[in-house]
Amino acid sequence: MFSNILIYFVVIPLVMLLGIGLCHNRDPRPIRAVAVIGSLALTALSVCLLVQYLALRPTTDAPMLFVDSWSWFAPLNIHLAVGVDGISVAMILLSSIIVLAGSFASWKIEQPKEFFLWLILLSTGVFGFFISIDLFTMFMFYEVALIPMYLLIGVWGSGRKNYSAMKLTLMLMGGSAFLMLGLIGIYYHSAPEGGQLTWNILEIAQNDAISHGWQTFLFPMTFVGFGVLGAMFPFHTWSPDGHASAPTAVSMLHAGVLMKLGGYGCFRVAIYLMPQAASELAYIFLILTGISVVYGAFCACVKTDLKYINAYSSVSHCGLVLFAILMLNTTAMTGAIMQMLSHGLMTALFFALIGMIYGRTHTRDITKMGGLMRIMPYLAVCYVIAGMASLGLPGLSGFVAEMTIFVGSFQHADMFHRVFTIVACCSIVITAVYILRVVGKLLFGPVVDKHHLELTDATWWERVSTVTLILCVAAIGCFPNFFNELINKTFTPEIFSVLGMTSPAL
Amino acid sequence: MQQEIGLLVVFLIVFLYDVFMPAKCQRALPGLTAVLMTLLTVAGFAAELMGCNPSATSAFAGMYQTGPAMAAIKIILNVGVIIVLIQSVKWANSEAMAMRRGEFYQLLLVTLFGMYLMISARHFLLFIIGLESASLPLAAMVALDKKRYESHEAAVKYILTAVFSSAVFMMGLSFVYALTGSLYFENIYFALSGQLSMMLVLAIAFVIAGIGFKLSLVPFHLWTADVYQGAPTSVTSYLSVISKGATAFAFLVVMSQVFGVVYSRVWEWMLYALIILTITVGNLFAIRQRNMKRFLAFSSVSQAGYIMLGVIAFNGMGLAAMMYYILVYIFSNLAAFGVIGAIENATGKLSMDDYKGLYRTNPRLSVAMMLAMFSLAGIPPFAGFFSKFFIFTGAINQGSVAIYVLVLIALINTIISLYYYLLVVKAMFISEDECTIANFRSSCGERFALWITVGGILALGLVSWFYNSLLGIASDSSMLMYFVH
Repeated sequence: MFSNILIYFVVIPLVMLLGIGLCHNRDPRPIRAVAVIGSLALTALSVCLLVQYLALRPTTDAPMLFVDSWSWFAPLNIHLAVGVDGISVAMILLSSIIVLAGSFASWKIEQPKEFFLWLILLSTGVFGFFISIDLFTMFMFYEVALIPMYLLIGVWGSGRKNYSAMKLTLMLMGGSAFLMLGLIGIYYHSAPEGGQLTWNILEIAQNDAISHGWQTFLFPMTFVGFGVLGAMFPFHTWSPDGHASAPTAVSMLHAGVLMKLGGYGCFRVAIYLMPQAASELAYIFLILTGISVVYGAFCACVKTDLKYINAYSSVSHCGLVLFAILMLNTTAMTGAIMQMLSHGLMTALFFALIGMIYGRTHTRDITKMGGLMRIMPYLAVCYVIAGMASLGLPGLSGFVAEMTIFVGSFQHADMFHRVFTIVACCSIVITAVYILRVVGKLLFGPVVDKHHLELTDATWWERVSTVTLILCVAAIGCFPNFFNELINKTFTPEIFSVLGMTSPAL
Repeated sequence: MQQEIGLLVVFLIVFLYDVFMPAKCQRALPGLTAVLMTLLTVAGFAAELMGCNPSATSAFAGMYQTGPAMAAIKIILNVGVIIVLIQSVKWANSEAMAMRRGEFYQLLLVTLFGMYLMISARHFLLFIIGLESASLPLAAMVALDKKRYESHEAAVKYILTAVFSSAVFMMGLSFVYALTGSLYFENIYFALSGQLSMMLVLAIAFVIAGIGFKLSLVPFHLWTADVYQGAPTSVTSYLSVISKGATAFAFLVVMSQVFGVVYSRVWEWMLYALIILTITVGNLFAIRQRNMKRFLAFSSVSQAGYIMLGVIAFNGMGLAAMMYYILVYIFSNLAAFGVIGAIENATGKLSMDDYKGLYRTNPRLSVAMMLAMFSLAGIPPFAGFFSKFFIFTGAINQGSVAIYVLVLIALINTIISLYYYLLVVKAMFISEDECTIANFRSSCGERFALWITVGGILALGLVSWFYNSLLGIASDSSMLMYFVH
């Protein structure tokens, strides 16, 4: 069991949980040490995985690598099955970087023991989700990742934290209720009549036994189930409140990683397993995600709370992820994955910076702050970089991702897709509006509050956290081809034999 | 038969000890009962593991029959009883209980014996005997707190509903007898095939109503909250898990082995409506409760609805999932009652408002309570998630579209239930109010029971052996032949 590298992505967080559990609550140093060492180990492991994956990929045609499976509930054919392709590797890399940055960002948190216990339980769920290829374990890890959010926001949050925490938890769990039904339904139709039913994604895709009628029922179930976490309109309302109330590291992890679970799940389960229904029903969800993209961006324009602005910007950007996935062609889907990476990193950066600014000024209202460029130049410059990445400046990650998405989307020759692509493209302009508004007001405007002049710039752990993220954002922007290759290899002929049947623009 | 005889022996020992041992030895009675029950359970478990239990034994001219599934559910109930016994040591040894200590244990064992009979009965006469001896002594147990007014009120409410529901149940039986001329399960089963009359529908409705009272299915649940609140906490926990679990299993036996032939024609839809009502109403009422015992009463009403999904599934997987659900429910609910009982014994406080900020004063109890709540709500990796998942999987195995809808309704209801379970977590962990409960050290028995239940919550799901073997038992079971649609 322990010869497979993937299993360590769950083992390391569990060891971290144990380590932190043994620490004493009053002294934060050993807790920080465990968190940092553990997340460094995770990052190292994910880089190691990336290298191994790239080395192995050309040698085989298998859709997934490092595939392994251990029987768990044998009578129901439930396995602890793991396996990764390029998308999962990219997501694992993203998660480990953000966990690392998040640990640094919560250096001075109160009640560190409980905080890190929940945070690491959350990341256990995230990593478990990305390595699983068994629907049952995948769903289990999915829910493990959701529930710590309640306490993380409720205890360490700010503002209307009780309301937000409850709303977020109930809405996400509501999504997973649909999801659970969808997954059980997939299980019972996973094999042809008389065959061995299975939860394994690869086997289900190979069997291709879900009848057309059942696909049209199960596809919306699973897509909406994951789509709630992907902040799809009209199920996005948990996101602004949740992010606004959450503490810094939690916002980072949530917007950076957890929302990606939604997009990843939509692709891996809903579309991959039920391609026919996906291509037929895509238009409904295209409309919804199209609304998310534009609506989120407009909302961000009128908010004055920094966290709300970025939460709505996340709604818009994550909507773009789902939008691109639903285009059902290689280019757009590659763009979607790039967008997940890009959005994950830059939102994490945004929320980290907002947390740092809030920690100093004790306000997040942009009308009550100004001229931060003079007061804390380091943080201000970082903010500008994040903003530029968000509005799609070439050389940073946002441009690469959005470009790929829109090129891919426009490949569809019909009116409907093109109109919606154009509408979604408009969001770039709106993004520029709200980003530049904040940058202009917050960073370059006049100093509003005289007390702010005494504030200090970033400390060393804050610098570590931000520099890591900025380097990653720039890396994607400068070497898009590397990531493109990594992700693109996923769309092997096997996958497109499933997907391509009905996809119009291949 | 061994398990019943073993239980009778335990009862006799406890009875004789209570009557003949001098007063100064009486404080050992709770411990003695717990040890004896543990021995009985271990013996039964070992017999089950080694396959000593013959696949089906019958006695009293076929009125009594047991098999692997029955033996397994009895062991599960025994485990729950042991936990209740350990939890109740402090309460039973309190000043007020000094004169009634023996009564509590004897009554408890008698009701357990009644449940055994109910589970294994294959003739309605024996079933009624089991049902009555499982419910009437419970009324006396509810009234054990002689000095508390609520306890009396609860006992009266309980006995009136119990008697009334028995009457309704027997009314149904008389119809069945009129239709088929027999009270043997097997004879009725075969006599009913091909029959469909208004009388049969009425008979089944009466039977479901009669047992529904015991299970507190909506709309027969009105006694639940008051009785749970009024009864001593140890009795409440016994009532909510053991009595409910046993009755649910007996209900499955009756519905499949007696009325199995008319499943889709008559009672599937009755149960369908009852499940939706039970889960929804239970959940909605639980939201408003501030008293922890009333809160858990409504939570247990809705949990009964989930258990019924195993009955409506009407297949081996449903049976296994139901037994597993009962097992997990015993551990989760007893963990919650363990915390409530410990706090009540130490401070007398029962309101959810008193729990505000509990984590700061009593972190361990709060964590135990949180795990119990998460498990009841079905959050992974705790056992409740697995039991919910498997009972839904079992139900959907039935295959009809209607079941998909039912499961969807049940799933949406889990969100409502999550809301009120989180209210408790919120009170304990998030609320910033000053906690009115000072730090205290709970008694040895309470702590031991909490460790067991918390261990169960963590292990029962992640260790697949429990579910796998229950599924194995269910698919070997002779009951499987009755599950024909």
